[in-house]
Amino acid sequence: MIRIFSILAGLFFIVGLLWSTAVDTLAFATDGLPTSPEKEFHIEHPKALSLKSDGPFGKFDKEQLQRGFGVYREVCAQCHSLKQVAYRDLAALGYSENAIKAIAAKTTINAKDPLSGEMKDRPGLPADHFPPVVYGGKGVPPDLSLITKAREGGAPYVYSLLTGYAAQPAKLANNPETKTPDGLHYNPYFANLNIAMVPPLAADGLVTYSDGTVATKDQMAKDVSAFLVWTAEPKLEARHQTGFMWVGLMLFVTVLSFLAYRNVWSGTKH
Amino acid sequence: MSFPWAKQYTPSHPAMVWLDERLPLPRLIYGAVGAGYEVPRNLNYFWNFGFMAGLCLVIQIVTGIVLAMHFAPNSAIAFDSTEHIMRDVNWGWLMRYGHSNGAALFFAVIYLHIFRGFYYGSYKAPREMIWLLGVVIFLLMMATAFMGYVLPWGQMSYWAAQVITGFFTAFPLIGDGLKEWLLGGFAPDNATLNRFFSLHFLLPFVILGVVILHIWSLHIPGSSNPTGVEVKSKADTVPFHPYYTAKDGWTVGLFMVIYGLFVFYMPNSMGHPDNYIPANPMQTPAHIVPEWYFWPFYAILRSFTQPLLFIPGKLMGVLAMFAAILVWFIMPWLDRSPVRSAKFRPLYRKFFWALVVDVLVLGYCGVSPPEQPYILLAQLATIYYFAHFFIIVPLVSSIERPEPLPFSITEAVLGHDGQAALAAKG
Repeated sequence: MIRIFSILAGLFFIVGLLWSTAVDTLAFATDGLPTSPEKEFHIEHPKALSLKSDGPFGKFDKEQLQRGFGVYREVCAQCHSLKQVAYRDLAALGYSENAIKAIAAKTTINAKDPLSGEMKDRPGLPADHFPPVVYGGKGVPPDLSLITKAREGGAPYVYSLLTGYAAQPAKLANNPETKTPDGLHYNPYFANLNIAMVPPLAADGLVTYSDGTVATKDQMAKDVSAFLVWTAEPKLEARHQTGFMWVGLMLFVTVLSFLAYRNVWSGTKH
Repeated sequence: MSFPWAKQYTPSHPAMVWLDERLPLPRLIYGAVGAGYEVPRNLNYFWNFGFMAGLCLVIQIVTGIVLAMHFAPNSAIAFDSTEHIMRDVNWGWLMRYGHSNGAALFFAVIYLHIFRGFYYGSYKAPREMIWLLGVVIFLLMMATAFMGYVLPWGQMSYWAAQVITGFFTAFPLIGDGLKEWLLGGFAPDNATLNRFFSLHFLLPFVILGVVILHIWSLHIPGSSNPTGVEVKSKADTVPFHPYYTAKDGWTVGLFMVIYGLFVFYMPNSMGHPDNYIPANPMQTPAHIVPEWYFWPFYAILRSFTQPLLFIPGKLMGVLAMFAAILVWFIMPWLDRSPVRSAKFRPLYRKFFWALVVDVLVLGYCGVSPPEQPYILLAQLATIYYFAHFFIIVPLVSSIERPEPLPFSITEAVLGHDGQAALAAKG
């Protein structure tokens, strides 16, 4: 009895599916594969970017992080916040305590005054997080703290996006429906091709690096991408190192326990 | 219950004798996972996943309890408190990555455990209750995983809550009210996050309880084995300890290596980048996809695009998705073949492997965008899924001619069995 009910229930679902399949496949046969400008022009695979933090033994390149932080401060911070990061975290970039105090003090933090209880502006302290950024233009600049983990493609995507602005292909530009609207900018690495962000690294030398590195557009894009890997994953080095210990120890334990297993089962066919 | 030749617990130390007379807990453990539990000698490595699943549950509970100490289930600060765990809590990143990857590997282990059951007919009499409880555990796991995924309050968290509770709106009359009741509002919000946190803390302990029942019911008939032939004599079994503690033990080490590779070297490989964007009710993600372990069921849900008579396509999809799992409950009665193991069932074996491929295809379709040609592929794969469980399994078990079974486990292992010779003489 249960089998008859089961076969009837199965047929019910299969009939429903066959009907859906027939309708959809007919539409598929007449319309063909779906097409869109995004499918045609969006570049899914970002440009190659090799960072010292890549790979199982990767560590941060502190000089590069400091340069990237410079780019963030001079360029990105005009529009983008970095609220998950505290100034004290900058110690990981190699800044001294005094340097961190000086960096924090350059920002104004609106916080409760412990004496009067009123909200007041005061210079930043190392314990403060990076402050919110007020942006008045078009679009919503995302917070950058987690951006390399929050986008498919990670740091190479960020690098590609920063350096990927291009003139719109004629095929899109000539069609009023696909032409990049005013106030947006064509960038094939961006999922819907038109991004509100003005090309941020439009000229070489926007930042002066203290370590003498030449601040080309490409170099700045690389450095800020490396910096944003750190902001998204500040514990990356500890993770890599702990992982090495863990995997090594567990491999050792596995080999020993495998030998124990062989020993226990020797003489017992199975 | 146990086989007559199973060893009895005999404490030698006076303290243990004292304890055994008052609270025979060591006796219980000895009989359940110690030398007192006799297990078929011929189990292959597919029988290791039960133990491993238990280990996964323990890992999830331990890491989860630590995370709960630092997490704030409030929609205004949940996302930031997760990042606080990642950045400021000592070893917080290890707990969180361990918990999220642990959940994914838990499902990987459970799927292997379930498909072991399908292949070797582990659901058949007298083991139906073990199987039924197992399906209950799987359903509880799905609910727990879903609610846990909502907690970090990222974009995918929020929209997963929206989509999954949205299933219930497919039911006529009560649907909208049911969804609002589940969410505690018209859309996911603080009330949703709070109740999901509460339930996400509760359900693992419910799972633990059902796991105990699962193991209890396992110990009535004892473990099945790859031949599907029941244990006949002492020669067929070995004590769980040290034989299977040693075998499970070394594969636990291997599991820990693989787990470590995920946690330490690719902790976000099984997650979705959008969940690092804070929840935003005003912005729907381009592609809402669940975690990989739900992809096949998501593909089934989306395959029903057209209404059938008076039943809307969405309702069909929701019913199909539930039916796709609930049908497992009646497997013991759909499959009437007296032979358990697919090793001796040439026809069922072919369909089993077709099902494995089918589920992988469904998974691929589940993560792909809902457009052609994936829709067609998903629809064909869903047709096979339903045909397999609802039609093929009952029919095959009636028409198939199984291959001859070995007399006993011992004969299957050694090629001969003294018992068999005696039986032939008699």
